[in-house]
Amino acid sequence: MSSHDISEDNLPQKQAHAHGALGVADKDNPFADPGLPPHEHRIQDVDEKAAKRSERIVAGLFTLSMLATIGFIASFVALPVDKIVYIFPLGHVSALNFALGMTLGVALFAIGVGAVHWARTLMSDVEVAAERHPIEASPEVRAQVFADFKDGVTESGIGFGRRKLMRNTLLGALTLVPLSGVVLLRELGPMPGTKLRHTLWSKGKLLVNMNTHEPLRPSDISVGSLTFAMPEGLHEHDHDFQKEIAKAALMLVRLEPEDIKDKRELEWSHQGIVAYSKICTHVGCPISLYEQQTHHVLCPCHQSTFDLADGARVIFGPAGHALPQLRIGVNDEGYLEALGDFAEPVGPAFWERGES
Amino acid sequence: MKKLSTRRRHPLAAIVVLILALAATGGLYAAFAPAGEAQAEETAQSLAIDEGKKLYTVGCASCHGAGGQGTSDGPTLVGVGAAAVDFQVGTGRMPAQQPSQQVPDKKTIYTQAEIDQLAAYVASLGAGPAAPTAEQYDPAGADIANGGQLYRTNCAQCHNFTGEGGALTHGKYAPDLSEVDPKHIYQAMLTGPQAMPVFPDTVMPEQEKRDIIAYLGAVNGEDSPTPGGFKLGGYGPVAEGLFGWVFGLGALVAVAIWVAARTAKAKKS
Repeated sequence: MSSHDISEDNLPQKQAHAHGALGVADKDNPFADPGLPPHEHRIQDVDEKAAKRSERIVAGLFTLSMLATIGFIASFVALPVDKIVYIFPLGHVSALNFALGMTLGVALFAIGVGAVHWARTLMSDVEVAAERHPIEASPEVRAQVFADFKDGVTESGIGFGRRKLMRNTLLGALTLVPLSGVVLLRELGPMPGTKLRHTLWSKGKLLVNMNTHEPLRPSDISVGSLTFAMPEGLHEHDHDFQKEIAKAALMLVRLEPEDIKDKRELEWSHQGIVAYSKICTHVGCPISLYEQQTHHVLCPCHQSTFDLADGARVIFGPAGHALPQLRIGVNDEGYLEALGDFAEPVGPAFWERGES
Repeated sequence: MKKLSTRRRHPLAAIVVLILALAATGGLYAAFAPAGEAQAEETAQSLAIDEGKKLYTVGCASCHGAGGQGTSDGPTLVGVGAAAVDFQVGTGRMPAQQPSQQVPDKKTIYTQAEIDQLAAYVASLGAGPAAPTAEQYDPAGADIANGGQLYRTNCAQCHNFTGEGGALTHGKYAPDLSEVDPKHIYQAMLTGPQAMPVFPDTVMPEQEKRDIIAYLGAVNGEDSPTPGGFKLGGYGPVAEGLFGWVFGLGALVAVAIWVAARTAKAKKS
């Protein structure tokens, strides 16, 4: 049997519907197919002048597209990249951006409009009915396929008794092969080790103001203020600055000591100055939307809110842990210093983090 | 001569010289000082405080207490300084229209002279930051690039990268900075109005405040360029994506429907 032999029934039907041959419902056949309504002509089909006009419009649109493309190339060559012009209602925009966008937009839009106009007014719009043929193969073909499949099963011997060992070992082999890929997943890079548990902060490191790059004194920080600090020895031009500040970023606020509700927070503060990690414990966004009247800090990503007067407890949102606090004190010269690293890992929780 | 040289080592000699010097300075000052002017200045100052007290009693005392000590409706004003008064009243935030999560800015109802009198009175209640002079907040010649870096470190988390403002908790918000006078930006950093933290000169020196003001003027002023046009509030890819999906795709869908709905037939049915 050849696959080329497709019966006449399975091919799309020829355009057999005569226009206007309306079926009429009667007693025997109340839902007769009414067929297609009579074909109506467009003005372009009957009036050659109108057809010519449509052709000119379409050609004009395509020409406009060509001109716009030339305009695009010309403005790319001619306009300097930093020229700013005022265009109502956009405001002060880059002349180059504006010209490139406009010309490319017109070039594409004119092709589209031209094609639509061409299809609607000039291409043939006579309705054509193309009916679908059944998807199912003929009964003979189906019987043949099933018979061939059965023969194959019998001949290979995996179906009945004799070659069971071969079949089972093949299944075993196919099951094990993907394991190689799973094992490879283990080596996607070096393990993080203890990197997530340590930051640059350590005992005796001064708190350096990120604005002035000077070490901070307690008297610099007034009640209600917000200051960002980094560990002494880190510089913004260091190659690992981003990597280190991502863990060590610190915000300092000063509260009235009697406002601090958490005992440990008070112990770890200095004259009401408390130092907290700036990294949200949910997914690690930098978080410093500090409202000085309520002592709340809001994370802009998922609205986790922490109360800096109460051990940076989570009072709203998806964060799972309080912000880690850095224990601070003052050294002999009167500068603020860290009294150790953060006691817990900063930033989002991870599998091996443990509770604390 | 010998007498003088022995006595000059006397323990009291330094004190005697100091007294003589002070007497001479005081005498010279009394002789040459423009006495009338100094007195006039002092009188003007106390006049301003008196006038400010009258204005305060009418406009502010109901919430902040008769002596600025604060009540359950308003915080104490002792020690907030002239800068805070100039900001709060100068931007129309005070007097507040009604108690709410955050007092919005509105039309200023006091003249600058009246604001100065109010500020003089409140400043007399307790020491606080003085109203800045024009050269303190003048952005001319400031380092815009440095201002941008400082702005992103200290301000952008609440006020957005180009100062368009943003939402905080419980209906509070960081206001849009685009129409704000440099003086008021400076005062806000200095005094920390409402939910905003303070950025005192000790952690953000005057020059850095000027840099920030210059940066805001460059990115957020009336004539600041937006190279792509339609910055849509400068809120970034979320606003831009929403605009693209709703209005861009919406326009395409509308055009498609319009094209399909219009019949090309000669006889309209």
